[in-house]
Amino acid sequence: MTTPAIRNDWAVMAIFTVAVLTAPLWLAPIGANYPDLLQKFAIFGIFAIGFNILFGLTGYLSFGHAVFLGVGSYTAVWSFKLLTMNVIPAVILGTVMGGVFAVLIGYVSLRRSGIYFSILTLAFAQMSYNLAYSVLTPITNGETGLQLTQQDPRILDGPAGEGLPSTTLFGLEMSGYSGFYFCAVMLILAFYISLRIFRSPFGLKLQAIKSNQTRMKYTGFNTKPYLLVAFVISGMFAGLAGSLMAVTDPLAGAERMQWTASGEVVLMTILGGTGTLIGPLLGVGIIKYFENIFSALNEATLHAFFSFMPDWLANVMVAISSQFVGEGWHLTLGVLFMLVVIFLPGGVMEGIRRMTAAVRNLSKQKPTELEPKEAEG
Amino acid sequence: MSEDKKTSELSRRGFMKVSAAAMAAASTPMFFTKGAWAADFRNNPGNAGSVKLGFNVPQTGAYADEGADELRAYKLAVKHLNGEGDGGMLNTMTNKALKGNGVLGKKVEYVTGDTQTKSDAARSSAKRMIEKDGVLMVTGGSSSGVAIAVQGLCQEMGIIFMAGLTHSNDTTGKDKRRYGFRHFFNTEMSGAALGPVLEKEFGKDRVAYHLTADYTWGWSQEGSIKKYTEQLGWQTKAAVRTPLGAGDFSQYITPVLNSGADVLVLNHYGKDMVNSLTQAVQFGLRDKQANGKDFQIVVPLFSRLMAQGAGANIKGIYGTTNWNWSLTDEGSKAFVKSFGQEYGFPPSQAAHTCYVQTLLYANACEMAGTFYPPEVIKALEGFKFDGMGNGPTEYRAEDHQCFKDVLVVRGNENPTSKFDLLQVVQEVPRAQVEYPADMLGGDLGPYKV
Repeated sequence: MTTPAIRNDWAVMAIFTVAVLTAPLWLAPIGANYPDLLQKFAIFGIFAIGFNILFGLTGYLSFGHAVFLGVGSYTAVWSFKLLTMNVIPAVILGTVMGGVFAVLIGYVSLRRSGIYFSILTLAFAQMSYNLAYSVLTPITNGETGLQLTQQDPRILDGPAGEGLPSTTLFGLEMSGYSGFYFCAVMLILAFYISLRIFRSPFGLKLQAIKSNQTRMKYTGFNTKPYLLVAFVISGMFAGLAGSLMAVTDPLAGAERMQWTASGEVVLMTILGGTGTLIGPLLGVGIIKYFENIFSALNEATLHAFFSFMPDWLANVMVAISSQFVGEGWHLTLGVLFMLVVIFLPGGVMEGIRRMTAAVRNLSKQKPTELEPKEAEG
Repeated sequence: MSEDKKTSELSRRGFMKVSAAAMAAASTPMFFTKGAWAADFRNNPGNAGSVKLGFNVPQTGAYADEGADELRAYKLAVKHLNGEGDGGMLNTMTNKALKGNGVLGKKVEYVTGDTQTKSDAARSSAKRMIEKDGVLMVTGGSSSGVAIAVQGLCQEMGIIFMAGLTHSNDTTGKDKRRYGFRHFFNTEMSGAALGPVLEKEFGKDRVAYHLTADYTWGWSQEGSIKKYTEQLGWQTKAAVRTPLGAGDFSQYITPVLNSGADVLVLNHYGKDMVNSLTQAVQFGLRDKQANGKDFQIVVPLFSRLMAQGAGANIKGIYGTTNWNWSLTDEGSKAFVKSFGQEYGFPPSQAAHTCYVQTLLYANACEMAGTFYPPEVIKALEGFKFDGMGNGPTEYRAEDHQCFKDVLVVRGNENPTSKFDLLQVVQEVPRAQVEYPADMLGGDLGPYKV
């Protein structure tokens, strides 16, 4: 893989920026253009990008990344409760706390590699989850989740009016589309940082660690600090994502730290394409779309969908497909994940790359739309 | 890669064009939302021929059985509202404004969602319903933690929330909201109803050991049962918190045997209760003697679905319930009949409360003559009705809690069918379970958001 020119990176950034900011438009045909889902796309996009910096570049598979997400959320909600409803301190503090936890957990976990590293991070995640769930109830409010109340001090804000205050960016309410655009700007920033890391000598060293750590050590590199820095950056991305979750919806629950949440980001990254810039975002899009849209389909909507068929055929189709929607959305996702892992080990990105190659073989001279993605791989 | 040259070409050529398009495109969604905000309230159906309701229930997790039954009841309610089927409780409800042709002449449609018994997922699902599907009302429950989280969201969004099964005091106590309403009873009422029966059956001199689901509902129920049993003279030996959805409770049950307690109070619900009760019985607790008395188990919140799951283990165990299908008033009979015809088995208490809530919301809209939430809220506040299974009922205006009779039940020793699992010991009258509105604190908040 050659290092593409700077100019090319700017093109990537420009296309990415446009794609993110216009998401409400081009997601409309598939029914995914409502603020809550758009916010989720952006937030989990940041989470997955951060995870990919660790897993994609160094090959260290962290199975406890949701800890930093949860820490970021709790920190942000506490900032809303104690300081101000403005989102800037919440986002900064959430990111920093994510980093602090990453230093602590990373310092211990990175003493091992491979499966032992994964198990260590998983153990830390499960410990943190249980702490948040029951032991630290005064700080986390246990299963009920940490919520804003009328009595919170909010020392930087004036006395609260009637009803609960909402999160703001200097007066602009952070719900609905404004919340999405705030997350989108953060996503673009996060993507830019990730792009710079991928293209930097630091990124190259991380990739060298992935391909052969022993050789790196023989050439005189101490790999530990590089790994820890990658881990902390990745943790800060997760902390940022967690604080954004609290920004768009000021509530933090322990389930954000559960191992299933950690597993989800692994799935997203693998589904989309590990080690690619865009891949994790595609994975996020697919999983969140399934979780929110497929889980909401019921038999009535299916009947409407198949209404063009004769009655008996429509009934058969509904009977079959209803197993895969609604509460069965996990099944659909599982099937898709299997197909991708078996036939496209490089994730959706590999599919795109193969398609591009096929198109290019058909007409060698004609440039195609998908080319810029090719350069990112 | 050899294609590098071509890639950079594309970027140079397309950059200006694409960014100009982006500017235009990025401003468009703002334009759309502005139109939406100009309406006088969120999701105003205007001249549309139909209205949408959002049914947000747990389809996975510890409360999935309850969620499935709630969904059945919602679908039945929509049918009856639209004038299909036999009408169910629409025929028995008093003080009724509904005409059986939808709500305010509009056909009722619905969307569904899975709360996964998690606050995060539930709020996300409710947001989808409100933002994407444009629902006028969200309803659902089965976990008080989830209900409180969704209720808070609905208040912020200005959408009415008709709580389904949620039993924690906090839902209409310290976390009550102007836009949230609860038909189901709460732990305070359970305690007040169960206390005298426990005294009669087990005496005044007992030592209790609580196992409590570790979230708002568990804490609330533990508090209420402690309050009323300690009034009788019982002691509380210990109250151990267990995680929601734990599955295996043996590590919590083992210490009970030698703790010196002679009553085990299981503040569990759904599959948790099925597991903890089954394990407690398997450990032989019920055959034991402690302090010279027979060891007893109490499950303060009972439901037929749980009884079905726990099988023979529930025989003779006391608890309370909001409603049971064996009641013989006209409303209950009508509901059990149409539910049975539709699905082939009797409804649970969760199904009942959800069905009633849907009808009550529709009725309030019809009474108010509009879907405008502040007016609908005012129609519901202080609304008195009968013929819906619990005798005369009132939605108290101060905390949006329904007050009605509470059932004390016992696991049936000789069930005549696989559904005849709970035997109603006593219908505790409303006066005995009512409490002052300011006792539980909280603040409803504004009508207009």
